[in-house]
Amino acid sequence: MATVTRPSPKEVWDWLSHVPDPEIPVISLTDLGIIRDVAWDDDTLVVTVTPTYSGCPATAVINLDIEKALRERGIEKLKLKRQISPAWTTDWISEAGRDKLRAYGIAPPIDGTAADGRLMGRVNRMTGGNLTVPCPRCGSTHTTKVSQFGSTPCKASYRCDDCLEPFDYFKCI
Amino acid sequence: MPSLPDMNTPDVAELARGAAAASRATEVPTPDAGQEAFFEALLRIGDSTLILGHRVSEWCGHSPALEEDIALANVALDLIGQTQMWLGLAGEVEGKGRSADDLAYLRDAWDFRNLLIVERPNGDFGHTLMRQFLFDAYHLELLKALAGSSDPRVAEIAVKAAKEVAYHLERSSDLVIRLGDGTDESHRRMQAALEALWPYTGEMFLSDEKDAEAAAAGRIADPASLRPAWERTVRDVLGAATLTIPEGAFAHKGGKRGVHTEHLGYILADMQFLQRAYPGATW
Repeated sequence: MATVTRPSPKEVWDWLSHVPDPEIPVISLTDLGIIRDVAWDDDTLVVTVTPTYSGCPATAVINLDIEKALRERGIEKLKLKRQISPAWTTDWISEAGRDKLRAYGIAPPIDGTAADGRLMGRVNRMTGGNLTVPCPRCGSTHTTKVSQFGSTPCKASYRCDDCLEPFDYFKCI
Repeated sequence: MPSLPDMNTPDVAELARGAAAASRATEVPTPDAGQEAFFEALLRIGDSTLILGHRVSEWCGHSPALEEDIALANVALDLIGQTQMWLGLAGEVEGKGRSADDLAYLRDAWDFRNLLIVERPNGDFGHTLMRQFLFDAYHLELLKALAGSSDPRVAEIAVKAAKEVAYHLERSSDLVIRLGDGTDESHRRMQAALEALWPYTGEMFLSDEKDAEAAAAGRIADPASLRPAWERTVRDVLGAATLTIPEGAFAHKGGKRGVHTEHLGYILADMQFLQRAYPGATW
């Protein structure tokens, strides 16, 4: 039986860092923080992935992209494992990922501002119920929330009141 | 479940099945006599998110503004995604090999266990938002309580879903306040919606012997225990919206036992058509 050299998990992580998110292709799956583990189980490579939002239609595409990328690298036995706990949080988006989002025109999440259901306290903390999200284009903090939900479940719609550019905010979860 | 079809990649379903089969960790409790009540309790949660998700998706392409259209579609998507987890777990607990899809597409109205409020017709935009708000306020309390379930599978779904539902509640309460405390016309419509929907809220907090059994095992929350927190949220938001909470405690009930209004049949006819007409169809 031929001994095939197995790539180390570190190497696999590196490959996955080049797989783009299907909906926001400027950031990779590792930037997004959804790859939870890479490990060998005997001769099978097990990649553990956590979904962003439970209904996110990108989930199936992400699994396929992972499979495609790893098959191209010669991985034959592959298992994708879904893990929902601990639940994904935008805190796991890397610093590099945040910079890439900003450069792409999406305001990155502001940590610690996730909705928690404590409505009245939250409204008081944020002037007029609006979280101050700096415009990714001109940097102005003079912005207005247009809608709690944007082009995907993970984003909210904002408008810059200075440069008038509409933009997406990757909301905190 | 209605995940988006992927025309180019027919093995996605296989991948998903593989991932699902591999995703169950070790500490799954062994089946016991309480499984039937547990199954029932899971249907009550999953059917409510399924039917509301379907109802809200009916707005797609019809909302008064593009942003609202997108927001409603996203809320529906979250609810359908949560349904996949709840009904997936229900099928697993039942142990008869039924998948989330089987439960969603191949049961008839009397086997559905959703609350009656979620099958109410959408009405106008304000009516839809009022229903959403009354449900969201309950839904978040329910999930917060389920996060402490003795079954880790329930707890992990609840923790995940609660993050999404916190945003649903934030949005629906914001809009209820804006429309309630808005023009005379919007105020009038929101008050009318509140009066029409109020008698459907009581069912959220009623328990029967199935709830009691699952709650005694620590698997789900006792529905009545969710009421005080729900009432606080509802009072705060409706007060800020200058709306008047109707008097009277009459509650329509039956959904949790499979006794539904005529509206559910129409929803199912629409939702289940494909699987009924072309059994086992996949793409």
